Amino acid sequence: MDFDLTDEQRLLKDSVERMVADRYGFEQRRAYLALPGGRDPALWAQCAELGLLGLPLAEEYGGFGGGPVETMLVMEAFGRGLVLEPYLPSVILGGGLVAAAGDAAQKRAILPALAAGRMQLAFAHLERRSRYDLADITTIARADGAGFVLDGAKGVVLGGDTADTLIVSARIGGARCDADGIGLFLVAADAPGLTRRGYATQDGLRAAELTLAGTPATALGAPGGALGVMRRIVDRAMAALCAEAVGVMAAMHETTLEYLKTRKQFGRAIGEFQALQHRAVDMLVALEQARSMALFATVMAESDDPAERGRAMAAAKAQIGRSGRHIGQEAIQLHGGIGMTMEYKVGHYFKRMTMIDQCFGDADTHLAQLADAGSLFEAAEATG
Amino acid sequence: MDLNFTPEELAFRDEARHFFRTAIPEALRAKVREGRSLTKEEIVASQRILNARGWATPNWPRAWGGQDWSPVQVYLYQDEMQRAFVPPTISFNTTMVGPVIAEFGSDAQKTRFLPRAANADDFWCQGFSEPGSGSDLASLRTRAERRGDTYVVNGQKIWTTLAQYADWIFCLVRTNPTAKKQEGISFLLIDMKTPGITVRPIVTIDGGREVNEVFFDEVVVPAENLVGQENKGWDYAKFLLGNERTGIARVGMSKARIARIRALAAQEIVGDRPLIEDRRFREKLAAVEIELKALEMTQLRVVAEERNRVRGKPNPASSILKLKGSWIQQQITELLLEVAGPYAIPAQGNEDGSNEPAIGPDFAAMAAPGYFNFRKVSIYGGSNEIQRNIIAKAILGL
Repeated sequence: MDFDLTDEQRLLKDSVERMVADRYGFEQRRAYLALPGGRDPALWAQCAELGLLGLPLAEEYGGFGGGPVETMLVMEAFGRGLVLEPYLPSVILGGGLVAAAGDAAQKRAILPALAAGRMQLAFAHLERRSRYDLADITTIARADGAGFVLDGAKGVVLGGDTADTLIVSARIGGARCDADGIGLFLVAADAPGLTRRGYATQDGLRAAELTLAGTPATALGAPGGALGVMRRIVDRAMAALCAEAVGVMAAMHETTLEYLKTRKQFGRAIGEFQALQHRAVDMLVALEQARSMALFATVMAESDDPAERGRAMAAAKAQIGRSGRHIGQEAIQLHGGIGMTMEYKVGHYFKRMTMIDQCFGDADTHLAQLADAGSLFEAAEATG
Repeated sequence: MDLNFTPEELAFRDEARHFFRTAIPEALRAKVREGRSLTKEEIVASQRILNARGWATPNWPRAWGGQDWSPVQVYLYQDEMQRAFVPPTISFNTTMVGPVIAEFGSDAQKTRFLPRAANADDFWCQGFSEPGSGSDLASLRTRAERRGDTYVVNGQKIWTTLAQYADWIFCLVRTNPTAKKQEGISFLLIDMKTPGITVRPIVTIDGGREVNEVFFDEVVVPAENLVGQENKGWDYAKFLLGNERTGIARVGMSKARIARIRALAAQEIVGDRPLIEDRRFREKLAAVEIELKALEMTQLRVVAEERNRVRGKPNPASSILKLKGSWIQQQITELLLEVAGPYAIPAQGNEDGSNEPAIGPDFAAMAAPGYFNFRKVSIYGGSNEIQRNIIAKAILGL
């Protein structure tokens, strides 16, 4: 048992961290946000050059065959930089779904383009009433010749404003929350009947609302039983989000410590006050617990047992949500007024952290799921 | 990164699991499971079974009966032992005075004390805290004055756990009253039968007798019972307190206690359904399990880091083990209190030998005393506030 990185993983970590350090200073990021579309396309190209866009993809599709550990390293660094690129929606969710559900031709058509930065994907699963239930789908897919047409609406499609191809979940049968009857469909961004309203999110990222009215689509794999694969890829995305959150939390904690050491009041650094020291320690405890659960999520992300994997992800996401809220609120409070300003970095971390909790189930949602799913610990029975 | 145990480690775990659940009598493990106090004879008997296999003191140097286990093996040993509700070894013997004597003691002291400490032939207790020296331990005032080839000890220790069972006490005593406070302290081994020693019990809020006051009135101690050098006792105490940091989280014990609460909550009926079917209760249980899982991972991170660790330099993760571990242990006692419900109310003896039938379900008798008693875990061994001071200084640089 070890938590060591391989040499290749260490190299990856260094290169991503270097990119973030070079390109994601606070002022640089502000400048990207002011650009049309809220980010600098050159950075997406740089991600492609570094091999990040193909990182989790198989080598035959121009990828590097990376696993959850590689994703964790990228996401943690991205969290520290509050990176604006749609890595999670396009590479982790989009690439993951195509690789898991697509047929050979679809993979050949999409994945190399994704890895090269020529194509961006997004996963449109959420609807107005579905909240965190992946099976709660009312968008309908009807067979139409060799393909399908879709009718319905999707919301808060992360990265959906600039995606070239949207992966849309829709029903070919079953009632609103049924596990069966769900398919995944590829929809071109310029497909007829698709309206897309792009917008900025609270944390400076981008998303879109979609309406589909007789919109032509191609099934990604055989439609009907897609829920399992959706869960698997969303679990992977949750592990990635947990890692990103650890980067965000670590940055908030470091920034707060730095502030405690430099801000002087009453003739001394405020970090000399015990009341504040103890709060900084409790932030560290929350951070280390979150880091531990992000690692747990990482090692469980590829488990073939959906129940075991689901429990692990629920536990990790709940811990991340709790720790993140605690650290975020304390980071703002310990900074005082400056923490409230747009001009200062800590508030931006706070906002990203808050939105991470709202993604794929907040802490209470996952706690409730885990409460229904049984214990996290296997029983230790005598073996003889 | 590979968080799987190797086949050898898994085999070791199974061996430990089998051994603890077959070699240690069920009656002893049941008492630990139910949170009842063990008699001295029971504690000693359990440690002797472990020692017969060399498993009472795996952390000691090989030459003195240690096992040279890897950090992972030590972790699995502790985890399995706690999960099987095996009575803990006398920690004063096995993780405190033993390692100090093995590291700093004379050859004569090693030969005389270590085998007996391992086999619980001597029952040790710890004389550190004093009425005026709790968190500020180095301010201790118990004096040891050198007279010829003896020390004469005067003063008082407090919170001395199981002093009523003890044959020996290892004490921090002041040998140089004029030096800076950490620099005038020595580490002295004192036979509890020496004239001038009085032990007075302190009854804790759970009604239990674990801790005592120990008074020293002109107690004459042979100078050969000084460990290491005079006035270097603070260094040895720091070594002692720096030892064995991973066991402090008690993750295995908490796992076992949660499993027990699940089982009890499945039997306890609320209205017409078991308590475990109450979503609100299950969410509370799940919340504690999540923190415990995180702590287990944190502990594994510390274990994995052990081999790279620079001695004396704390791993940031290890610092949280006590803070979080104590919080979880306390939460679990609250959950048991909730399972017991109104049958937590009757005051029932914790002592053996009562012929009275239990009032209410068996498990309920110890629910409230267990809750009361476990308020201690965030106080002893350096209160959680002191832990935060240490972390703020040593890790956060505040």
